[in-house]
Amino acid sequence: MFKSRDLIAYAQAAPLGLVLLCFLVAPIIMIVIVSFWGATEFSIYPAFQFDNYAFLFGSPVTYKVFLATFKYAFITWAFTLGIGFTVAYFLAFYVRTQAMQTVLFLLCTIPFLTSNIIRMISWIPFLGRNGIANQTLMSWGVIDAPLEWLLYSDFSVILAFVHLYTLFMVVPIFNTMMRIDTSLIEAAYDNGATALQTLWHVIVPLTKPGIMIGTIFVVTLVMGDFITVRFMSGSQKANVGRLISNDISLLQYPSAAATAVVLLCTVLLVIAVLLRFVNIRKEL
Amino acid sequence: METRSRAFYLLAGFFTLFLIFLYGPTLTIGILSFQGPRGGLTFPMNGVSTHWFAELFQQQAVGDIWGAFRRSFALGLMVMVSTLFVAVTAGLAFRKKFTGSGVLFYLAITSLVIPSILISLGVGLIFNQLGLKVHWATSGFGSQLTWTLPFGLLIMFAVFNRFDKSFEEAARDQGATPWQTIRFVILPIIAPSLIGVGLFGFTLSYDEFARTLLTAGSYNTLPLEIFGMTTNVTTPVIYALGTLTTLFSLGIIVVFLLLVWGMGRRRARRGSDAGQGL
Repeated sequence: MFKSRDLIAYAQAAPLGLVLLCFLVAPIIMIVIVSFWGATEFSIYPAFQFDNYAFLFGSPVTYKVFLATFKYAFITWAFTLGIGFTVAYFLAFYVRTQAMQTVLFLLCTIPFLTSNIIRMISWIPFLGRNGIANQTLMSWGVIDAPLEWLLYSDFSVILAFVHLYTLFMVVPIFNTMMRIDTSLIEAAYDNGATALQTLWHVIVPLTKPGIMIGTIFVVTLVMGDFITVRFMSGSQKANVGRLISNDISLLQYPSAAATAVVLLCTVLLVIAVLLRFVNIRKEL
Repeated sequence: METRSRAFYLLAGFFTLFLIFLYGPTLTIGILSFQGPRGGLTFPMNGVSTHWFAELFQQQAVGDIWGAFRRSFALGLMVMVSTLFVAVTAGLAFRKKFTGSGVLFYLAITSLVIPSILISLGVGLIFNQLGLKVHWATSGFGSQLTWTLPFGLLIMFAVFNRFDKSFEEAARDQGATPWQTIRFVILPIIAPSLIGVGLFGFTLSYDEFARTLLTAGSYNTLPLEIFGMTTNVTTPVIYALGTLTTLFSLGIIVVFLLLVWGMGRRRARRGSDAGQGL
């Protein structure tokens, strides 16, 4: 009896296990192996050497790029959290009917299901030298000459990150807020708490799991990104993902693999710390 | 809170600004894609025309975008069906306690948070070393599943956490086999959420870029094709393409929403026989 139940569970879990084994575990193992290989200009060859890591850790560029990656992650996190929390708070506690809540929530979700590349491209007419932002500011007399730092800069990179990923904060925070027992909030009001006090001492603590899940999403998406940084900075800024993709385009796979291993360890370390604060399975 | 407080108006204003921030840029390229034939990438509009849409239908002007679209569409359907099947079976498995469920769960989470370029690189290397050719329907397909499956699984967790087990117990008490219970009780109840899983599977695949980059082979999917265009196309034709593919995505979303809505209505009509007598 016990056995057959187990067997059914394994059969049901098998497809997922198989896909993850072939396309997640095997690739990671492969990357770790190749990170010890050597490379010539045209090909890679099996070896067991630490050259790639030695080069990686010996180069000041590595530290600069990792620092830039953390900077992008942190700034994006701060903005997405601020915006995402406010939006979720409005949706959860200030929209009265459930139908309206559903509609507004869907409006927030839909862009997530459209192309990221297109959403990046769509900033060009806004931020370019002759773009809407510069034209508007100049016609208001705020500036005399077009601002050069709007496009192809850290500013545009972070703007795009916030644009693409705020949703990953809104959804989990909203989800947790909807599960808050309203009697707790009423109790706070009955005891004379102001709206702000209730927000800070009741709602924020109870929303922490959602904030953590959103943080995990945003931080990992930004840290693993290479395409947003490349596109929005016009190839002028670097993060770790771009370091890897540059090596790939030069066919330096072992070097790319070593950087990838370090990046993966960094990301998993960050996640491990964040997971200490939340039990994901309970929060869904 | 009988009358709207000041906080409400402040927050509603913030929310409106957020929506403008979210949709404004996309609407802008929607407008700019109707640039006149001599218009550029930014305002002002230099006349109004459908010139750039027409350009899309001339093969030589922009490369093989229709082939790319067909591939992305086919791949989206493949990923959608597989995601549905794997997410549902795995969702059912996770309701029971089995040895290794923790490992599998954390693997799925890893699959979600791992930098996409690692999947791209790793799968590419494996195919390379095995002497296999990377192709969108094999390596590309598998790589995309590592992105869509965790989402499908998370939705299934959310569904089953709220699932009333007494329905199954009732079925079992009345002599239903485990398969009958799944087929006639569980699946119909979770059907609307399955539509959501399908929608995620399709659209995430259709727009996936980073995991397909090194795994699609010589035939590009649409996002890869579009990204290629960004480096060498400097006319509003790229806006026209962006507008069309966004409209296509929106169309897909509407179809899925209509499916959920229609299902809800059918249930409301036929779901209960209360008061009908015997």
